[in-house]
Amino acid sequence: MSLLDIKGLGITFGGLRAVNEVSFSVNPGEIVSVIGPNGAGKTTLFNMISGVYLPGAGQVVLNGEDVTGMRPDLLARRGMSRTFQNLQIFQSMTVLENAISGYHLQERGPVLADLLGLPSSRRRSKAAEEGARALLARVGLERAAEREAGNLSYGALKRLEIARALALNPKVLLLDEPAAGCNAVETEEIDHLIAEVAKSGVAILLVEHDMKMVMRISSHIVVLDHGEKIAEGDPATVSRDPAVIAAYLGTEAENADG
Amino acid sequence: MSELLQFLFSGVTVGAVYALVALGFTIIYNASDVVNFAQGEFVMLGGMATVFAHAAGLPLPLAALVAIVGTAAVGVALNRLAIEPARGAPVVSLIIITIGASIFIRGAAQLVFDKQIHTFPAFSGDDPIRILGATILPQSLWVIAGAVLVFVALWLFFTRTLLGRAVLATSNNRLAAQLVGINTNFVMTLSFALSAGIGALAGVLVTPITLTSYDVGLTLALKGFAAAMLGGMGNPKGALAGGLLLGLLEAMTAGYLSSQYKDAAAFVVILAVLFLMPQGLFGRKSTDRV
Amino acid sequence: MKLTPKTATLLVLAALVAITPFFFPSGYYYRVGALIFVNGLAVTGIVILTGYAGQVSLGHAGFAGIGGYACALAPVHLGLHPALAVVLGAVMSAALAWLVGRPILRLKGYYLGVASLGMGILISMVLNNERWLTRGPDGIDVPDLGLRGVLKDWGLNLSNGEFWYFFSGIVMILGAWAALNLHQSPTGRALRALHGSEIAARTVGVDVSRLKLQAFVISAVYASVSGSLLALQNKFITPDVAGFMHSIEMVTMAVLGGAGSVLGAIFGAGILTLLPQVLTVFAEYEQMVLGLVMMLVMIFLREGLLPSILRKLRGTGE
Repeated sequence: MSLLDIKGLGITFGGLRAVNEVSFSVNPGEIVSVIGPNGAGKTTLFNMISGVYLPGAGQVVLNGEDVTGMRPDLLARRGMSRTFQNLQIFQSMTVLENAISGYHLQERGPVLADLLGLPSSRRRSKAAEEGARALLARVGLERAAEREAGNLSYGALKRLEIARALALNPKVLLLDEPAAGCNAVETEEIDHLIAEVAKSGVAILLVEHDMKMVMRISSHIVVLDHGEKIAEGDPATVSRDPAVIAAYLGTEAENADG
Repeated sequence: MSELLQFLFSGVTVGAVYALVALGFTIIYNASDVVNFAQGEFVMLGGMATVFAHAAGLPLPLAALVAIVGTAAVGVALNRLAIEPARGAPVVSLIIITIGASIFIRGAAQLVFDKQIHTFPAFSGDDPIRILGATILPQSLWVIAGAVLVFVALWLFFTRTLLGRAVLATSNNRLAAQLVGINTNFVMTLSFALSAGIGALAGVLVTPITLTSYDVGLTLALKGFAAAMLGGMGNPKGALAGGLLLGLLEAMTAGYLSSQYKDAAAFVVILAVLFLMPQGLFGRKSTDRV
Repeated sequence: MKLTPKTATLLVLAALVAITPFFFPSGYYYRVGALIFVNGLAVTGIVILTGYAGQVSLGHAGFAGIGGYACALAPVHLGLHPALAVVLGAVMSAALAWLVGRPILRLKGYYLGVASLGMGILISMVLNNERWLTRGPDGIDVPDLGLRGVLKDWGLNLSNGEFWYFFSGIVMILGAWAALNLHQSPTGRALRALHGSEIAARTVGVDVSRLKLQAFVISAVYASVSGSLLALQNKFITPDVAGFMHSIEMVTMAVLGGAGSVLGAIFGAGILTLLPQVLTVFAEYEQMVLGLVMMLVMIFLREGLLPSILRKLRGTGE
């Protein structure tokens, strides 16, 4: 049994089969990448696994528990955390507050204590803030801590999202195009960060368009095309797979701008 | 039996007015994603302007025409001066802007017109028509016919004409509509003119039955909004159904339960519908894209 | 010493309450001041619901109605002391907000608007129609709070206007203090997070419906207590307190001043409470001016008056 088991997952939107019968699994410390041409259903797959969409078929099993279609906040309690392809940052909060909010499950307490500003409430906030500052240092954002998040560059926001996701101390981390829109240096930083997190025993599921990065850091690759899994294996095997090459060549033009 | 029929008649009459107001909400909502709380003021303006134009010596049909065109102009001005400049503002700001507009129009109306209650003669006399022991005013038939006519005309406009399709395209995706060469600003202007004109028409039709004064707008706006929501915001068929349903509900509650609580029944049902079907009766379910 | 925004806000409010009376030309201004503070309290609740959590209610006056009528009815029918009636009203408002909030807070934007509007209208309809209990649209007498008498016995002799001015001011500052505590607390962060992005808030473990409900209940209590204070200081209350226009007034005050901050919203309450007093000279134009102000501020100063003014003063063009 793996930490995260995806069994025959599928969904249709208005009669259109967006994802069909996709299965794979992720183990602790592993980096599994989901690749495929634009519109292959990668983000849809992520949204089903993380409880944003209710799957039409199949199962998501986390740590032996069936969590199919479970609310994202309940998944968070069970150790699943994610980032988003199109940033979901709390824009009008500071960078530090964004990071602290990742500690919500640890810092939350009775609302009355929060209203009255009781010492217990302040203690909870304080502990979360310390953790958040450390995380910001880890992703290189410690000097931006007090700035309003909405004013940061795209690359910085990508890292902030990863920091926020890491704050949950997840067992499974889903990263949806963490390096998109980042320059070469930033990409490499993110690259290192992901490898480091995986080494600490977190199971990582990754969607990424930067093939160099995918080939470099993945331990296992799942290839989707038109919502179906067409290949699976280690980077070397997958890159030689004729079906994969065909899928990519056939859609090279649209892929170039993705 | 005749009692039920009587309630049915009055319900359909009131419902037709609500449906027209709800249609007005729907048209503007589709064009701009704004719920226009000043919609009820258009109805008031239609009625009041007709009253004063008629009193000034214009024959009734001409007075009504002046009122409808004038109100449509107010609608266009509202869009140009208050809605367009606030594009992209959060829902709560838009609510305040249109409620501000409604208060402004009401304030202006009590200066330009007056604070009295007014009416003008019914189009086809006041002799009630007897049907199966119940009675209906000829003016009620005018109201119902007006609503049906507006609905059919709108349906033809949106499905059969290029301009109507341009409006629909704009409501689906403003940017895409601009890219294929649709003048979205004109579509907005048209939508506000249309919506205000329909509101004014409702005012003209119903004034001989319900009378009018400068402050009738707010209640009508709330009912029309509720009707539009009941049917599912943004859906013209929903607006029609929601309006009629609301009118019938009120008439039945007033007839069989308590006239004091006729407005309550409407809101209770709306709450119930929203609890069970959060998108309204005919609304589409939306999915967040992340 | 570094001044936190919370301390700064509280100091400004305390200074305002303490110092402005020195400039009052007549006792009448105490009444206006007390009214501003009562509205300021209600609006602080709206800051929590709309400013922090991003949820719109068009029916909060209903809770003010419950708070107000609790003070009128509970002392007569239940023999409660008026002070306890305030608490009873708050508890009832909280309970109702909790019951109604659970289903309606699933709705978004305009749908939440119409649902809360319906709730508010139902409450005001009951207050208007159940004459046997509420005496209907003409209103009902409210007993004296009795606190002024107690203060007198202790040697602090305040006029009725003075007493309500300072008492409402103190309650408003307490309300502001709690709202500011909340802002920096885990709950406040979660509320602001779900305002920013509901889906992201969920993925960090925020139970979105539970938190929205908490914000709704808390803001209902603010509205309820403000309704109670209004009833007690006027010694009279009518169903208008629960009416649609009062709900709109609350939201407008908050958003006009700047719903994101307690100080901004209270500033908005001040402006909108004073406006009709100033405009009595041109009574005929009152509605037009009010409508115009609402539109202009929302179009040209989207964040609200106070944040826009502060930005101008600092001269930053962020």
